[in-house]
Amino acid sequence: MSEILLLVESKDGVLDKKTLELIRGASGLGKELGIGASAVVVGNQTAQLAEEVASFGLAKVYKLEHPLLEGFKPDAWVGALEWLCKQIAPRIVLMSHSFVGKEVAPRLACRLNTELTTDCLALKIDPNDGALVRTKPIYGGNAIAALRCEGLPQMVTVRKNAFEPAEQVTAKSDIFDMAPAIDESILRVKSIKTVPEQVVELDKANVVISGGRGIVDKDDFQMLTDLAAAISKALGNVVMIGCSRPVVDKCWMTSDRQVGLTGTIIAPDAYVAVGISGAIQHLVGMIRSKKIVAINTDPSCNMFKVADYGVVADYKDLIPALLKKLEG
Amino acid sequence: MKEPQIIVCAKQIPDPEAPFSNVTVNVEKKQVLVDAPDVISPYDENALEAAIRIKEELGGKITVLSMGRKVSDTVLRKTIAAGADALILLEDPLFEGLESNSVAYVLSCAIKKIVAYDLVLTGRQAGDWDSGQVGLILAEMLDIPCISMARSIKIHDGAVVVEKTVPVGYEVVEAGLPALVTVSNEVGELRYVARSKMLGLLRRPMPIPKWGLKDLGDNAERLKKVQLMELAPPADMGRACTIIEGSTDEQAARLAAVLKELR
Ligand SMILES: Cc1cc2nc3c(=O)[nH]c(=O)nc-3n(C[C@H](O)[C@H](O)[C@H](O)COP(=O)(O)OP(=O)(O)OC[C@H]3O[C@@H](n4cnc5c(N)ncnc54)[C@H](O)[C@@H]3O)c2cc1C
Ligand SMILES: Nc1ncnc2c1ncn2[C@@H]1O[C@H](COP(=O)(O)O)[C@@H](O)[C@H]1O
Repeated sequence: MSEILLLVESKDGVLDKKTLELIRGASGLGKELGIGASAVVVGNQTAQLAEEVASFGLAKVYKLEHPLLEGFKPDAWVGALEWLCKQIAPRIVLMSHSFVGKEVAPRLACRLNTELTTDCLALKIDPNDGALVRTKPIYGGNAIAALRCEGLPQMVTVRKNAFEPAEQVTAKSDIFDMAPAIDESILRVKSIKTVPEQVVELDKANVVISGGRGIVDKDDFQMLTDLAAAISKALGNVVMIGCSRPVVDKCWMTSDRQVGLTGTIIAPDAYVAVGISGAIQHLVGMIRSKKIVAINTDPSCNMFKVADYGVVADYKDLIPALLKKLEG
Repeated sequence: MKEPQIIVCAKQIPDPEAPFSNVTVNVEKKQVLVDAPDVISPYDENALEAAIRIKEELGGKITVLSMGRKVSDTVLRKTIAAGADALILLEDPLFEGLESNSVAYVLSCAIKKIVAYDLVLTGRQAGDWDSGQVGLILAEMLDIPCISMARSIKIHDGAVVVEKTVPVGYEVVEAGLPALVTVSNEVGELRYVARSKMLGLLRRPMPIPKWGLKDLGDNAERLKKVQLMELAPPADMGRACTIIEGSTDEQAARLAAVLKELR
């Protein structure tokens, strides 16, 4: 039986938006190939989530349940998904290019003896032979490659926003209980503890103000925080502080605030880049912002090429002056 | 415990931080040309730094492995200057443009040939294709525990203890040795290597083994190349930028007006 299988992800019981996008993508590919698109929900107790997923017009929803699948233990998830794929032999396997997908997909692909393409922006079916054509940015986004790979299942991880999220339908998909044949022996990595840190979700902000290597003193980030407060007060919206990677490397900010290829990809109403040169790996994270404002001492920096408004200035002079104007 | 034997996998790539004006996409030849010197992929430098810190604490030996069609030891000697003990180049015309699975296969053959190792470190992803696969696949092929996205790595009582970045913060995980860990930038940058030290090393003759496919099982059918169908430049990201001129006060006033209009 040939089908498209996608991995469902959720957070605190809420279906991930990226999963809804995958559902749309999988359904489209399924139509083109004339095969069904199914989803797999992995966990210990998945009934509720499976019910929810079943309302998006998929052919099937698999509940892959086992006590070892509680929480995300990569060894257990890879083992269980390997078992499922061997049972149902999907033609295509889709995952989000998320924390879970990035870790599970390569290992699963290896076990299934197939080739994976990560971080795809678009997918299509080759009309000649039905192969999955994978569009992927390379060299940080400086080039866009279309590739194909041999092997079954055809496997990819998909970047967020590649597809519109799916919408609910009235018909319910059939739900199948699958009990994977796994046991403790597959766990090779032991989790000692998880240490929660305060994590910001930059994609929830209306405005993001980011600082880069141009911010020479850690304390100067206070200026950005003040600016955020002033903008938030003036506009009544959510303003958050982000950064480029060197700021994370210096341990001035935690990686949840990093914007870019290996950080968060965001599209706020406005993005204010302070002391950020505009390297490609940073740009891919914020280029879809509706308005881009750049503050930089270097008139020739790349950030000005992609910005709507540019101010050639030292932030140390400009931001205090700007604060006065916003407050006045 | 005995002194750990650490293998670091380091890929040579054109400098990924080169400005995008130095990158040209040749659509016909399906080639990306980067006008920049080759460097060690940045996360692999982080991996080396993690290895050196372990060696500083426990002693042991660090071997750097790099695979490609043509691998320059000039670029890789930096690893020796920084603190690695040995360098092995995996070089063969057949090693060009391989798919991730095949790259991991070649590396796994080399690692099996080295025999004694406790820890394999790779970068979280290579800075050219950003695949983020080879480390994880390599662990599967070597059949050893695999931990990804490390921000700190310690060896302790025959086990590796890793702080791994997770969406809610970090997770402390542990695995028996040998194990593979993929390393992220939070580990810290590779220590500074003085240019004079680099140059000195270049002059000193040093045996650098080069292993080709023949030395690694001669299994050419096992190697698959990336099947590139098309290559395109990215969509134009440029916008018409209004440069806000004037004195600082004037700039601030106009920018404030722009920001207030966002509402
Ligand atoms: C595989 C890979 C993944 C990566 N992922 C990411 C990612 O997710 N996010 C990311 O950001 N980077 C990422 N990078 C790094 C990226 O290539 C750049 O190195 C980084 O974005 C540069 O950060 P920056 O612009 O802050 O620093 P720089 O490039 O050093 O720019 C600093 C800027 O500040 C300006 N400046 C200096 N002083 C002042 C002042 N007083 N006032 C105003 N302006 C001033 C300078 O003119 C300059 O333009 C990645 C790299 C690789 C290889
Ligand atoms: N040709 C290579 N030589 C040595 N190590 C490599 C090579 N390709 C990939 N790696 C390692 O695997 C990691 C992930 O690479 P990738 O899956 O290509 O993004 C890199 O950071 C390296 O540590």
